[in-house]
Order: sequence, then structure tokens, then C-alpha cells
Amino acid sequence: MPKHETPLLDELEKGPWPSFVTDLKRQAETKPECWDILGQLELSFKDRITHWKHGGIVGVFGYGGGIVGRYSDSPKEFPGVAHFHTVRLNQPSSKFYGTKKLREICDLWEKYGSGMTNMHGSTGDLVLLGTTTPNLEPLFYDLTHDLNMDLGGSGSNLRTPACCLGKARCEWSCIDTQALCHHLTMHYQDEIHRPAFPYKFKFKMSGCPNDCVAAIARSDFAVIGTWRDDIRMDQDAVKGYINGDFPANGGSHAGRDWGKFNIKKEVLDLCPTNCMWMEGDELKIDNSECTRCMHCINVMPRALRPGADQGATICVGAKAPILDGAQFATMTIPFLKIDPETEFEAVIEVIEKIWDWWMEVGKNRERVGETIMRVGLPTFLKVMEVDIIPQHVREPRSNPYVFWQDEEVPGGFERDVIEFRKKHAQ
Amino acid sequence: MATIEHGGSSFDVDEDGFLTKGMEEWNEHWVTYVKDIEGIGDMTDEHWKVVNALQDYYKKNGIAPMVRILSKTTGFPLKRIYELFPSGPGKGACKMAGLPKPTGCV
Repeated sequence: MPKHETPLLDELEKGPWPSFVTDLKRQAETKPECWDILGQLELSFKDRITHWKHGGIVGVFGYGGGIVGRYSDSPKEFPGVAHFHTVRLNQPSSKFYGTKKLREICDLWEKYGSGMTNMHGSTGDLVLLGTTTPNLEPLFYDLTHDLNMDLGGSGSNLRTPACCLGKARCEWSCIDTQALCHHLTMHYQDEIHRPAFPYKFKFKMSGCPNDCVAAIARSDFAVIGTWRDDIRMDQDAVKGYINGDFPANGGSHAGRDWGKFNIKKEVLDLCPTNCMWMEGDELKIDNSECTRCMHCINVMPRALRPGADQGATICVGAKAPILDGAQFATMTIPFLKIDPETEFEAVIEVIEKIWDWWMEVGKNRERVGETIMRVGLPTFLKVMEVDIIPQHVREPRSNPYVFWQDEEVPGGFERDVIEFRKKHAQ
Repeated sequence: MATIEHGGSSFDVDEDGFLTKGMEEWNEHWVTYVKDIEGIGDMTDEHWKVVNALQDYYKKNGIAPMVRILSKTTGFPLKRIYELFPSGPGKGACKMAGLPKPTGCV
């Protein structure tokens, strides 16, 4: 495949940020089809429209997803991308790799694909960009037999779960996000590989409310670590911060002079519930009023730690705007113990309550968040068998359109108009 | 776009091997052709039950049924459908039945 003229893309080789154009050109020296990626992209820059055809249904036997088919609309001009399917590989929890595994993946992709990747897709998968239909089964064979890896999810199914790096290297993680992510991925292989849902469904787990994997915004089922006892405090370290021995926020703001650390201004006055104060040089927290927002812990990581009675909050139903508007996940279970000893039985129980219900009542291409909106939060919470508590809402409803069940109303809903007319003439 | 000759019939197909004209061009030769490329051994009554269910639903509703409706009408759990059609209900069974290619975020 010949080189194409790419004056517009060449502009993107300037500047300090790593240039994907430079990378593609380097890859094209050994994988000439990459010239056609650049050529077609240049044409798109010029025409201001995509040159990929609509859709594409390809895959491997046994699975209903994992590979996103794509065809060029100008295959004669760009034969190197006539077929340009994307393969989603299930990544290890939190994306820790050894170089041996990455070399194996690169060798495999050099053999069967374009050599281009996306490290990683937004859902978490290691994405292999660009191969042909006949290469799919041999690629899958080597992937599973030699690399001991599997495809990720695509379609109306459970997508590849992802997590923050959790206890692997974060002192705030209240749950072992990696163990949970791995366990659920293995437990639900069928649901990942064979679409059986009304629409897509995603899991994400974060170790604390900082939510480094954005579970609250990007997963239908978000597990977010928290604690329910007191914030653990080291008063000596608090003094250390006040004296300037330790930089606030782990030195995150060192790039600019913000003045000497002021605990009142930077911590006490910013606490969203105002539940902190100083008594002399002792820091005090009224933990019963703390919403565990993480701010004070983020500012003084050496002095403050999450409590020791740890678990997670379960939030359900986040989604992007299509069809009826973007949603963050709704708090469903305020505190759930996340226990590896029981193989996360409690989490699995919650997931299956949602699925049993949503697979039955969810409409075609309706995310679970939309199903909840359609049938109402009270119905959903009843299905989830959780007691409705004030924490389920930010504020009570302001309209008076309140539904009651027949049995909640003395006399029920069956009334006789003739009886009514005896007291109220027409 | 390409044209496939099989058993004396010819079929217009797209890149993914779906009938571009749908059930209009569909016949039993198409079924035997798809059977071979989609890793299906012999056509059994169970295969036909799935194909017929898809075609009936499509004729009536103008869309392919959701997976769980297909399972309900045929009585086959998803696992059985994959045993019958290794590529699954979308790429395997819908292709064989002559339904349009599944679309959306797949």
C-alpha cells in the first residue's frame, strides 16, 4: 500500500503532545496498511465526514459480541482498511501488565492485525484496531490457546467490567476493587459473551467516593467504597500539616504559590456539612454528620484515613444522554459489606435482583436507568427489596401526584356511585 | 456488495453476508448456504423452529424480536440457541432467516 499525501494530518505532528500521526507513520513502516488509515483519515479531515460504512456484524463462533465490524466506504482507494474490525480484549483488573504479556499481545496483533491499538477503550478493554474477517477466528484461537486471554463484551450484554486500582496502591480504597472486578467478570462470562439483555449493562467499582473509574457516571451498576465508623485521625500528623512539615494534597498544588497551609480555610470551611472544628491544635470531627465526601482525607492523607468498618454504596442506572437524557447512578443501597470470603455473594444477589426484573420489564434498547425512570424509583426499590429511606432522595417530591396502593386506603378503590348519590344529589 | 450463487439461486449480500433484499430473495438454498458458513451441522427441526419464529415475528412486527422473546416463543434458552447457531441469534439465526442486519451499538 502506497503512502498518501497527508498535509492536514502532518500539522498534528507539531507541538509537544505525543502525536498519533507520528506513531501511525512509524507503524506504517512495518505495517503498510497504516498508510491507508492515514489516507482515509486525511480524506475525512478534508471532507469533514466519516468514511466508515454503517455498522458491521462480525464475530467468532460461540460468542455474540466482542468484535466491532467496520468497513471503509472507499475500499478501492484504501484497500488496507477495506475491512477494519476492532477486537476488544478483556483487560486485567486496573490494567497492571508485565512486559512479557504485552509483547505477546503485540506479536499476536502484528501477525493478524494492523498493529494499531487503543490502550484502552473507555469501558476498559484493550482495543486492537483493524483486522479482516478471515483473521478473526485464527486470532481468537491464538488469543485463547497461547495467551490465555479472552474477548471483552459488546452488544446488548454485560460489558467488560472495570475498576480503579484499589488496594493495589491506594491507601483510601475501602474495598478490594480488583478482586471484585475479577470475580464478577469470571462469574458472568456467559452474560459478557452472549447478549441476552434488553440493552447494554456495565459494572464499575471504585474503592472510595473519589471514584477514579467514574463508576457513578459510566456504569449501570456502580460499587463505590465507603465506611460507616469514624475517620481515623493522627493528631501529630495534623500538627505536621499545620506546621508545614507535609504539603497539603500530597503536593498536588505545588505548581503555584497558594501561601502557607491554612487548615481553617482549606479544610474546616470547605467541609460540606461543617462537621469539623479545632479544639486548640486538636482536629475534631462529628462523624455522625460526615457525608464521607473525602475532601479532608484528600487534603491531609498522612493525618486522616477512612474508617475501619468498610464496605460499599451501590448506585444504579447511570447512562449517556440517548434516549431520554443523561443520568448519574441513583443511590440504591447505602452500605453493603463487600466480602471476598463469601465470593461476593451479597453483591451478586443485588445484581441478579436487578437483572431478573430488568430483563423482564425493560423495553428493547432501554437502559436500566431509563426503566427506573419509567416505572418509578419506589417500584424499583420494592423490586430490590430495600427499605425506602430518606437517603434515597436528594429532596422529597414537590408535586402532589402521589400514588397509593389499594390496600393502603381504607375501603379500597371499589366504590359505588349510587351510594355516593345518596348523600350528594346530582 | 457481492452476489452469491448457491444451489442455482443467486443472492445479493452485504459485506457481512446478510441478504440485502431480505426475505424477498430468501429460499431454502440460502439456508443451506448459511448453514455451511455459520458452523451449523445438519438442519434440524429445532433450527427451523428458530428460523420460522424469527420470520413470523419480523413479518408481523417489522423488527427482529428481543433475545428473550425469541427464547420464550421457541422455548429454547439462550444456551441452546448458541448450540444450534454458534454465531448466536443475531449473526447466525437472523442471517439465515433473511432478516436485516442487526444495528446499533453492537
